[in-house]
Amino acid sequence: MNQEKKKLTITIPEEEIMQAGHLACQGCGAAIAMRYALKALGKDIILDFPACCWSVIDGPFPYSATQVPLFHTAFETAAAVASGITNGIQAIGNDHTTVMAWAGDGGTFDIGIQALSGAAERNDNLIYTVYDNEAYMNTGIQRSSATPHGAWTTTTPVKHFKKGEKKDIDSILVAHGIPYLATTSIAYAEDMVKKYKRAKEIRGTKFMHVFAPCPTGWKSDPAMTVKLAKLAVETGVFPLYEVVNGKYKLSIKPKELKPVEEYLKLQGRFKHLQKDDIDYIQKKVIEKWEILLKKVEMFGE
Amino acid sequence: MDKEKKYEFNKTEEYPKMVVSFGSTLTNKTASWRTFKPVINEDKCIGCGICWKFCPEPAITPTNPPKIIYDYCKGCGICIVECPVNAIDKVDEKR
Repeated sequence: MNQEKKKLTITIPEEEIMQAGHLACQGCGAAIAMRYALKALGKDIILDFPACCWSVIDGPFPYSATQVPLFHTAFETAAAVASGITNGIQAIGNDHTTVMAWAGDGGTFDIGIQALSGAAERNDNLIYTVYDNEAYMNTGIQRSSATPHGAWTTTTPVKHFKKGEKKDIDSILVAHGIPYLATTSIAYAEDMVKKYKRAKEIRGTKFMHVFAPCPTGWKSDPAMTVKLAKLAVETGVFPLYEVVNGKYKLSIKPKELKPVEEYLKLQGRFKHLQKDDIDYIQKKVIEKWEILLKKVEMFGE
Repeated sequence: MDKEKKYEFNKTEEYPKMVVSFGSTLTNKTASWRTFKPVINEDKCIGCGICWKFCPEPAITPTNPPKIIYDYCKGCGICIVECPVNAIDKVDEKR
């Protein structure tokens, strides 16, 4: 036998800060997102969770999955608490610790937006991550303003599925003039780690939008989590780009966008859609993609 | 620190004065969640590290060939779908 086998190919930092045994569902996208974020940012970090899936995933007292200092707070205050922590540690002369607020899409798009807007306006030195699973998954799959058009949730049942587009939170944050914003996907681990490392180097409010599929709420096969995240990028549903001081830059540019149906048909929450509904979603996706390309062209580097 | 140590509090005085986490979730063996288990076929494995990279637990070791830690694997099956050479088999869990 070949004893001298070469090492495993490792493309992201090897150290595991997040421990196994956490309480995420099988195939949870949010758990993968936290694993990559902590790999990139290291142990010198203070986390801050509002009510979201991660306040459960982390585990019951006195156990913790993350092994770094973390603070559980109220739903609407993720960014406000992170502002307090970052200003507090600055006051005692600590300028090396990263402060990261880690909220779901409900705690960011709906409930936490005023605190986030305030932190972004003050340009406090923190990283704000939203892991976007497109509904209030922790409380039982209620619709949020991040839920896309056509999706089933418990508050938008099949007969009255959600009508209306997902809120464009990234443009809202870009309009605040923050120094760094990036959209990332758990299917592109290297890209995500690179963006977090970049965010760590910049002073000011950094906004990270992580696309994290939720098999429980999307009624998809847990094994398809990463595939769905990849398809979302390849179909143009969730394009990956970064905005550094107002300058747009595409991170992954698919040569040709795949039909959006490939992404939709893997999820039970879109099972009821008719052909004209899918055509409508396809039209909207292309429209938004073209707008993004225009932005890259106009405000690119 | 022994990461798999379990803590028990019987009296109020034994609780910590502040809310602090001093144990790790490694005490929580999530293997019972599995309905099927992934098994790595070591002859087929090319050592690309993709299964390790995408494991949400993480329950796959960064060794070549990678080993699955069955104490924690919840059996989501991401590694089975993502393996580029189909070296991971889906086996029914029998208890």
